[in-house]
Amino acid sequence: MIARLQPGGAIWFARHEWRLAWRDWVGMMGGGKPKRLRRAIVAMTIFIVFMHFVAYWMVGGIAAGAADKPTLVAITVSLLLSWLLMISQAMETVTRAFYARSDLDLILASPAAAEKIFAVRIAAVAASMALMALPLAAPFIDILIARGGWRWLGAYAVVAAMGAAATALAIALCVALFRIIGPKRTRFVAQVVAALIGAAFVIGLQVAAIQSYGTISRTTLLQSQTLLARLPDLGSPIWWPARAALGEGAALFAVLAISLILLAMTIAVVAPRFGEYAITAAGADTGVTVQRSRSSSFRRTSPRRALRTKEWMLLRRDPWLVSQTLMQMLYLIPPAVLLWRSFNDGGSAYRLLVPVLVMAAGQLAGGLAWLAISGEDAPDLVASAPIPQASIIGAKIEAVLGVVAAVFAPLVAALAVAAPWQALVTAAGILVAAAAATSIQLWFRSQARRSQFRRRQVSSRFATFAEAFSSIGWAATAAVAASSLALAIAPGILAAAVVGGTWLMSPRRAA
Amino acid sequence: MQPIATPFAMTSALELAGLVKRFDRPAVDGLDLNVRTGEFYALLGPNGAGKTTTLRMIAGLLRPDAGSIRVAGIDALADPVAAKRMMAWISDEPMIYDKLTPSEYLEFVAGLWSVAPRIAQARARELLDWLALGPHAQERCEGFSKGMRQKVALAGALIHDPRLIVLDEPLTGLDAGSARQVKNVLRERVRAGGTVIMTTHILEVAERMADRIGVIARGKLLAEGTLDELRLRAGRAATEGVAAGSATLEDTFLALVAEPAEAA
Repeated sequence: MIARLQPGGAIWFARHEWRLAWRDWVGMMGGGKPKRLRRAIVAMTIFIVFMHFVAYWMVGGIAAGAADKPTLVAITVSLLLSWLLMISQAMETVTRAFYARSDLDLILASPAAAEKIFAVRIAAVAASMALMALPLAAPFIDILIARGGWRWLGAYAVVAAMGAAATALAIALCVALFRIIGPKRTRFVAQVVAALIGAAFVIGLQVAAIQSYGTISRTTLLQSQTLLARLPDLGSPIWWPARAALGEGAALFAVLAISLILLAMTIAVVAPRFGEYAITAAGADTGVTVQRSRSSSFRRTSPRRALRTKEWMLLRRDPWLVSQTLMQMLYLIPPAVLLWRSFNDGGSAYRLLVPVLVMAAGQLAGGLAWLAISGEDAPDLVASAPIPQASIIGAKIEAVLGVVAAVFAPLVAALAVAAPWQALVTAAGILVAAAAATSIQLWFRSQARRSQFRRRQVSSRFATFAEAFSSIGWAATAAVAASSLALAIAPGILAAAVVGGTWLMSPRRAA
Repeated sequence: MQPIATPFAMTSALELAGLVKRFDRPAVDGLDLNVRTGEFYALLGPNGAGKTTTLRMIAGLLRPDAGSIRVAGIDALADPVAAKRMMAWISDEPMIYDKLTPSEYLEFVAGLWSVAPRIAQARARELLDWLALGPHAQERCEGFSKGMRQKVALAGALIHDPRLIVLDEPLTGLDAGSARQVKNVLRERVRAGGTVIMTTHILEVAERMADRIGVIARGKLLAEGTLDELRLRAGRAATEGVAAGSATLEDTFLALVAEPAEAA
């Protein structure tokens, strides 16, 4: 039947897009190795099954709940959080579609109707947003269906509607940016906006919770009587998505209709112009940036210093990379607010800060270490220079740890004034977590372009998970050590075991 | 350009002996090669012959499985840092940093090779002007064409005044103007006493520029010498239907590369 599809038609394009997306996904999961793909599928299945237990523990009790205000608030906030993340992800995807040339020349040079393929691509973004949400959303919906009945099936339709609406909004935002600030700045600004949208809601809730209740938990705020009293009545359209998820027919119909109309309107307006936007975006990078140096004289330097300076200069000058690490930095805002608040109140919430800072330091160091070690754009130049390999690696590690120190030193210094012991533990934790993450990147290094930063997790999933577990382990160790050094020995050994195990599994050791 | 001070005038600039590198199959298989100081040496061979692998081992980017590499008399495997100090490496894909300007790139490379700032700055100015990059010295490289990027890479290779320049297909993808500038720089370098070893698919470049040519296939050196020597070596097969004296390097190269296959 597929062979009989009319070439150049929307369904024909959809089949082509589906094939590309499927092969991309399979390649991403398996890296071209069937054994790795099978393992990835097994791991994903285990994860989804595990998430059902997590879902049972978290929402099993509320499945039978009526559509009262606390339930609607909980569902609405969960949906809003997911929706913001979808918008953030959709903005990333749309920006990539604008700026990646890939098959654009082929499409625009062919006699096929380009707006059809762009319409299909926009619809594909909407579908992928919904599909990407499913591994996390499905376990919760399944448990709600199992415990609360078939009415919860509407939640699946709500996820699809959210994908459509998020894509429509993301495209509208990108096109608006394109027109207002031009193609050259849009790429950076859109990605910063995407990062901000993704983090803003969670961070905003946490900051509000800290300000109102002095804890970093957002759930405390959401269930407070003060907040519930101020929210609109149960009949308000603001609750439609939550009611739709609960299976109310009219609300479900309204949510689906509004989302699909939004998406259809976006496709109708943007698809015919998408090629034009993409061509403009492709030409945006050819501009000349004149660099005004502080001094025209060459400075005396050692090879190590030259390498460090180069790493810092490249990072500073690449707003796209800065925006990619921005997300991690944004999560430092709530602890900073908590620190500031505790500082004023003389509170004892300092120990809450310790794991957050240690975790963030590990994650930041991992990203920077990938850029410095794997994302070296002139590896042959550096390798052919008359410097021992150990010095090259040493300089790059210094560059990474230098940035980590510059970011976290002010927070640790502020903490030291109020709680010296916690500050000492935090500093040690940051150093160990950053060193561990850097080491993992070093053991699993594989040459790549800096522009592939976003796909760095794909090159080694093992390294990605190891880096995350190491950071969590050291964060937990530091959290316990902030209260009792003796009790921290056990989590410390576990965290060290994660790093040791990663070393044993690393290709560098095998080589 | 200043003549290169060379205390090793009578020694080889590069000596390879029994060089072996295996991946899934032997890429370089017992290669012996000797490049004299002040010589322009072109390494020719079909795709997959082992040219790039050989040059990457010379530049210290790959470690051979067996054999030895001496650069200006220095054992490059025993003391790679000292050997690298004498050398510069340029690949067909110029690897420079998009976010640096040519001037900053040269300052960085000079830092890696520990060139004194005053000397490096003077050389940088000279090289940028020579390669017609002067007006772009303060522009970031991200908007540069392939030819401009290759010229920046070449300036980087020359900033530390290397005795030996190792180039892998440096003219690939360059327009005629940029290719001529690169060729002029290399020719000038050899005239000043430097040594160049280069792979190329453009036989005309080897024919016009090289003092000696090595032909490599399946990781082995098949023949080596001046163009005339190679013509003689290729002899019968190369000049079939062509007057012996007028056989082009293409005729000679194809005959030499075909010889072992035909013999087998």
